[in-house]
Amino acid sequence: MSDEVKVDCTRRRLLMATATAGGAATIMTMVPFVKSMSPSERALAAGAPVEVDISNLGPGEMKTIEWRGKPVWIINRTPEMLATLPKLKEKLADPLSERKQDELTPEYARNEHRSIKEKYLVTIGICSHLGCSPTEKFVPGAEGGVAVDWPGGFVCPCHGSYFDLAGRVYKGMPAPDNLEVPPHKYLSDTRLIIGVDSEKV
Amino acid sequence: MSSLIAWIDERFPLTSTLKQHLSEYYAPKNFNFWYFFGSLALFVLVIQIITGIFLVMHYKPDAALAFASVEYIMRDVPWGWLIRYLHSTGASAFFIVVYLHMFRGLLYGSYRKPRELIWIFGSLIFLCLMAEAFFGYLLPWGQMSYWGAQVIVNLFSAIPVIGPDLSLWIRGDYVISDTTLNRFFAFHVIAIPLVLLGLVVAHLVALHEVGSNNPDGVEIKKHKDAQTGIPLDGIPFHPYYTVKDIVGIVVFLAVFTTIVFFAPEFGGYFIEYNNFLPADPLRTPEHIAPLWYFTPFYSILRAVTYPLFGLDAKFWGVMAMGAAVVIITFLPWLDRSPVKSIRYRGLIYKIFLAVFVIAFFVLGYLGVLPPTPGRTLVAQICSVIYFAFFLLMPFYSKIDRCQPEPERVTG
Repeated sequence: MSDEVKVDCTRRRLLMATATAGGAATIMTMVPFVKSMSPSERALAAGAPVEVDISNLGPGEMKTIEWRGKPVWIINRTPEMLATLPKLKEKLADPLSERKQDELTPEYARNEHRSIKEKYLVTIGICSHLGCSPTEKFVPGAEGGVAVDWPGGFVCPCHGSYFDLAGRVYKGMPAPDNLEVPPHKYLSDTRLIIGVDSEKV
Repeated sequence: MSSLIAWIDERFPLTSTLKQHLSEYYAPKNFNFWYFFGSLALFVLVIQIITGIFLVMHYKPDAALAFASVEYIMRDVPWGWLIRYLHSTGASAFFIVVYLHMFRGLLYGSYRKPRELIWIFGSLIFLCLMAEAFFGYLLPWGQMSYWGAQVIVNLFSAIPVIGPDLSLWIRGDYVISDTTLNRFFAFHVIAIPLVLLGLVVAHLVALHEVGSNNPDGVEIKKHKDAQTGIPLDGIPFHPYYTVKDIVGIVVFLAVFTTIVFFAPEFGGYFIEYNNFLPADPLRTPEHIAPLWYFTPFYSILRAVTYPLFGLDAKFWGVMAMGAAVVIITFLPWLDRSPVKSIRYRGLIYKIFLAVFVIAFFVLGYLGVLPPTPGRTLVAQICSVIYFAFFLLMPFYSKIDRCQPEPERVTG
């Protein structure tokens, strides 16, 4: 072996091309493995709509049903509860539901009470911060245990975000956005379907 | 016997490996109490692997069966309760031991040149350990398992643009579901343990390459015996430190088994009470908090409440929490002190370290409590202290008035 081994450039190029091809193939082999972790066809298909009967939901009561594995709240708000909504404008981060409207608020809920029928709020009970389910704190004032001037609403147990009785988030909270209003539609006065949009108003 | 060993040695480096890492690995003679925790961490790793193997024989990674299978282990499997409590207490013990092991590094400058890689491997081990604990905590499929995973996976959705798809990909579903449980099981029992073992080997190989630091922070390799080349202040790891470490293991086991037998839940800190309720995707428990070993970092996450540069507070909270873990890795390059050990450091470092430790404890304590405006303010102050300890280190470690290091180890 002499010290001056001449580099065979053709072989060197071939070697590099082979290594590149092998490397590319290895990277491409990762694709099926990475993709296998995405939601399966079964998970994609699981989003079927859910029907709810709200005839027995009394004033001031709340019902939780499951849709796509998430809690959907239906709240029959009393006139007193509804009266708190206009007063909170200054304290809320997005009182008119103008942010991320396509994701959070369907057209028929883009109003102060965030609902089709004024008294019934339909919303997904998942905090926009990190996905905990807020707890209902309907008792107003100091008795409710939240704050002296608490008008009633929801408090997230995980990071303490406040929401009002229309699922609107207060200013300066960890949660950036209002609660999501799912697509829903009234089949009759007392029957509701979650997961199907109402016709355009 | 000796011919058998000779036969093996011709084909496999058995004797030479044992010598290199045990009987002829020379460790400084002045190790103290703080040097127990490395070998204890290895010991706890063994406990976790063995108990883990036996738990997998009875556990079912299925959302419909998981919770019941854990109860089955606790009630019907002979000695199943013991194996599970060893594993659940072992998780907390692992973090206690590792935190103390890391603190030892801070005390004696064990991360300084030439031990930077040992420290980096160690930081990666810590990261793996956190991942391992997180994935494992979903498996019992209790309320805290479920909602803890929900919160942590949603942390990724805070990353702009790719975030929501990333967290969807991690879950494999729109909510934490059976799919998520299955893959967390795979990570917990196969993927992370393999990486962890590899890193532990790398950590030890790097350590034995450069040699151990000691409470004086001076290099024993500077003074070797002229004839043998053995460091004058070094003693063979075996039998001297193997025997010492066995004493450490005995004391550790006395405490550990007492907890396993008499207080395995440890007042809700080692196993949270809400985890005795099966996961309910419709209802978050009234108060959720991570297990104690995550709470300092969790407090830092919660302490960030201001949006910045058009990105919301959630994103910056996640970044701060990530940075709090990652910044530890950079210690070797942040410390500019002329000495390694706290014994010869000046007052400034000692004060900074003391305040840092207090802040870390306060953050840990606040992390188990529900947030209030007052507590958030305290958490914010402590988070600033946490980062100040690291980020100001290049300045204060340089101007600190140190004492001269001795030439050889003392005592």
